[in-house]
Amino acid sequence: MTIRVLRPGLLTTVQDTGRAGLQSCGIGPGGAMDSLALRLANILAGNASDAAGLELTLTGPVLQFDTDALIAITGAALSPTISGETIPAGRAVLVRAGNDLAFGACTSGCRGYLAVAGGFDVPVILGSRATNLGAHFGGVHGRALCTGDELPVGAPSDDAERLVRRLAAASRPWVADHAGFSRELVSRHGPDGFVRLLPGAQSDHLSVPSGRALFESSFRVSTKSDRMGYRLEGPPLTLAPVVEMTSEAVTWGTMQLPPDGQPIILLADRQTTGGYPVIGHVATVDLPLLAQRKPGDAIRFVSTTLASAQRALVDRERAIVTATRALHAQRTSE
Amino acid sequence: MIAPLGDTALVVRVGATIDESTRRQVLAVVRALAALRLPGTEVVPGFTTVTVHYDPAIVLHDAQDAAMPFDVVAAQVAAAIAALPDADVNDGNDFEIPVCYGGEFGPDLDHVASRARLSAQEVVERHGANDYRVCLLGFLPGFAYLGGLDPAIATPRRDSPRTAVAAGSVGIAGMQTGVYPLDSPGGWQLIGRSPLEFFDPLRTPPTLLAAGDRVRFRAIDRAEFDRLCARRA
Repeated sequence: MTIRVLRPGLLTTVQDTGRAGLQSCGIGPGGAMDSLALRLANILAGNASDAAGLELTLTGPVLQFDTDALIAITGAALSPTISGETIPAGRAVLVRAGNDLAFGACTSGCRGYLAVAGGFDVPVILGSRATNLGAHFGGVHGRALCTGDELPVGAPSDDAERLVRRLAAASRPWVADHAGFSRELVSRHGPDGFVRLLPGAQSDHLSVPSGRALFESSFRVSTKSDRMGYRLEGPPLTLAPVVEMTSEAVTWGTMQLPPDGQPIILLADRQTTGGYPVIGHVATVDLPLLAQRKPGDAIRFVSTTLASAQRALVDRERAIVTATRALHAQRTSE
Repeated sequence: MIAPLGDTALVVRVGATIDESTRRQVLAVVRALAALRLPGTEVVPGFTTVTVHYDPAIVLHDAQDAAMPFDVVAAQVAAAIAALPDADVNDGNDFEIPVCYGGEFGPDLDHVASRARLSAQEVVERHGANDYRVCLLGFLPGFAYLGGLDPAIATPRRDSPRTAVAAGSVGIAGMQTGVYPLDSPGGWQLIGRSPLEFFDPLRTPPTLLAAGDRVRFRAIDRAEFDRLCARRA
C-alpha cells in the first residue's frame, strides 16, 4: 500500500531512530528529534520501536489513504482529523480506505509523529531510513515531503493485523483502539518542565555570574533553530580564557558557547565534531522535552549529576517496557 | 584520562598535542576499543581524544543494577587501553587527490599566498609537496581533517564563513587542510577543487577517506578536472 501526500506541511520528514555507527565517517546518527514519541507511536501501531515514521513540524500534512491502515500519532498536539472529526493521539487508530488524515493548529509542543502499521518502507541507506536533510540522502530522496509524494508502507505485524480485524467491525471513517499509553508518557511537553543539564568540559571556565545565570535565567529558543541545534537567547554568558580549542567530539544535547555568549544546544542533525567551548550537556532523558520546544518558547535549566541523569534514563526505559506490556495486556483482555 | 561527555558518551584523552605520535596512539586506542565490540557502543577518533558513545540502558542490561553505566563502560575502556600492545598500528591506504588550484575554484589562493609572502604557484607547490595523514573525519559526512600542512602556508579561517562552498573544494584552516565532501557553508580558505567524490551514501564504504589514510595532492589543469568530472558522471 501507499499513502499519498496531498499537502506536505511545514517540514515533514521520514525519520526512524537514526543511523548508528557512522560518526567516525563524519555522519551523525540523525533520526527523530523526539525519539521517545516516535518509539511510542511505533509500539501503538504494532511496529518494532525503531521503524520509520513521519516527523511533523508545527503544521502537519494532509495524507490520503487508498486502503485501510492502522496509524498512531504522538508528540506535539497538532489537532489531527479524519473527515473533519478529531481523532485521539496516543492510541492506535484504524483509518478506512478513501479517507484523508489532516492536521490543524499546533496547540502544544513542536513535533508530532505519525506511525503506520508496517512502517514507511523507503529505501534503507547506511542502515537507516532517516532523512538526512544536510547531506540529502535517506527518507524520500533526502528531502522533506512534497505534494504528490507516494509513501510506500511495509507489511503490518501479526499484532497489527489482529487489531485491524477487531477494529474493522465498526463501519466508520475511523475507529480508535481503547488501549493506549498514559498521557504522561506520550506527551512530555509540559510548559513548566525544567531541562536537566550536566556539566561540560569547560563549565569551570564560566564566570561566576554566568555560571549562576545559566541556571537562574530563562532562555528563549531563537528562530535560528532547527534539527541541527537550538540557538538560545538570554543573558550573554562569558568564559574565562580557554586554552586553544581543537575540534572534539560532541553528542546529542551538547551545549556549546560561541564567542557571542549565546549558547547552542546540538540536536539530532548535529555535526559530529565541534570546536566551541562546551558548558553543559542536556540530560538524555530530557531531550524529548527539548525537541518539543518551538522558536520563541522559554527554557530553564536545572543542574543534575551524571548518576541521577543515567538513573532517570534507565528508569524511563524500564517504564516503557512496563507500559508496553500493559498495552498488550489491555489489547488481549477482551 | 577518561571523562564523561554528557550521559551517553565518554572521552579518553590520549595525548596533549596534535602531532604524529598522538595521532598514532589515537588510532591504536580506536582499534583496541572497536575490537571490544561492546553492544550499542560507537568509537570515534578525535585529534587528541577518543570518544565512546554508549547506551546506558543496554549497559545496565548486562550489569549489576546498582552500577552507574558510565563506571561500567569506563572500566572496560580502561582495561582495554591498559592491555594495548606496544606494536605499531597498521596504517591505512594511500590516496592521490587531483586538485585544480586557483581561479574560480580557489578564491582564497592569493590571500594565502600574500599572507605567506609567497607566489600563488609556490603555495600550490608547497601544498602538493607534503604527505598528509587523515587524523579524523568530522564536521560533514566524509570531511577528513588532514595533518601535515607546511607551516609556511598555514592560514587562519576566514573572518566570516561563506554561506555556500562547493563540494570538492580544497581548503586551509590553521595547520589543517581538507576537502569539502558536500556543498555546505564553510569558513576555510579555499585554494582549489578536486573532481573526486568524497562522500556517496550508496557506496561501501560511503566515504573515500578514513582515519589513518595517507594523502598526497596532485595539481591538475582545468581540462583534466573537467575530464575527471565527466568520467564520474
